[in-house]
Amino acid sequence: MAKDLQPGDPVRVREDYPPGHIRTPVFIRGKRGVVTQVFGAFENPEITAYELTGPKKMLYAVRFRQVDIWPDYTGPTQDTVDIDIYEHWLEKAEGRAS
Amino acid sequence: MSETQHGAAEHDHGHDHGDHGHAPPQPDDKVHSYYQILGQALKELLIEKGIVTADEVREAIEKRDSITPARGARIVARAWTDPIYKALLMRDANQAAADMGAPTPNTHLVAVENTDAVHNVIVCTLCSCYPRELLGLPPSWYKSRQYRARIVREPRAVLREFGTDLSDEVEIRVHDSTADIRYLVVPLQPKGTEAMSADELESLITRDSMIGVAEVKAPT
Repeated sequence: MAKDLQPGDPVRVREDYPPGHIRTPVFIRGKRGVVTQVFGAFENPEITAYELTGPKKMLYAVRFRQVDIWPDYTGPTQDTVDIDIYEHWLEKAEGRAS
Repeated sequence: MSETQHGAAEHDHGHDHGDHGHAPPQPDDKVHSYYQILGQALKELLIEKGIVTADEVREAIEKRDSITPARGARIVARAWTDPIYKALLMRDANQAAADMGAPTPNTHLVAVENTDAVHNVIVCTLCSCYPRELLGLPPSWYKSRQYRARIVREPRAVLREFGTDLSDEVEIRVHDSTADIRYLVVPLQPKGTEAMSADELESLITRDSMIGVAEVKAPT
């Protein structure tokens, strides 16, 4: 869990594969990126999908380098994917994101 | 009689074809998918229970269908010609949209700006999230598994298939709208259009350029 992240913070997406309605794409689990934006606290769709209520979760935009996601990526190293990820899917990473 | 046997030789529907036949009428009763039937059943139940009326459902669909990419184009054209408005759009896109008569109450809207160094493109890899309040309903390719899987995997190849061939110097930045945020791409203003008014520019700005799979072209 990482709820006090700031732009520039290196993070790692939890590598976990729970069943159910999950808004963190499988292809990004376990990957390292950098927080680029803090959107604030939002309802957690992984809970509200079941008409349950739970605490709001901080939502962040996290930037990943294509070459870090796909080892065989053939495009330039500066190409990126920004993904919106809730706090409970993020862990602070050590040092700089690659 | 069966509609498929319909022709000049045999018909029983009240008018004469003389010496020519005609193609059988096209039936409009296609097979509905499980989810279409589920949606229809839900709608009928809500109406039966008095929670919504058929007219309210129709009106909501009509309203949604009336939104076209022209809404987004007006916003982009103003941003190109009004630096103060553009600063607002980049800082608070919901407010900027509301100022142009396009309130977006159900959306947390974020504008992402293309520059000479960065080209943005949007996708929803999990479903079909799209800035509907500004661009209307998404095109069918946007919802396809092909686009959703490939734009995050080989964005340059996909953009080339759309006719958009970007330099290797440019960073391609794909935005996967997996949560509550909806993205609007502010495309790069084409060179040579600096003297045009916002109204004139508006007609150049297309849906695909605001998704990010195309660039805006100067008039020829």
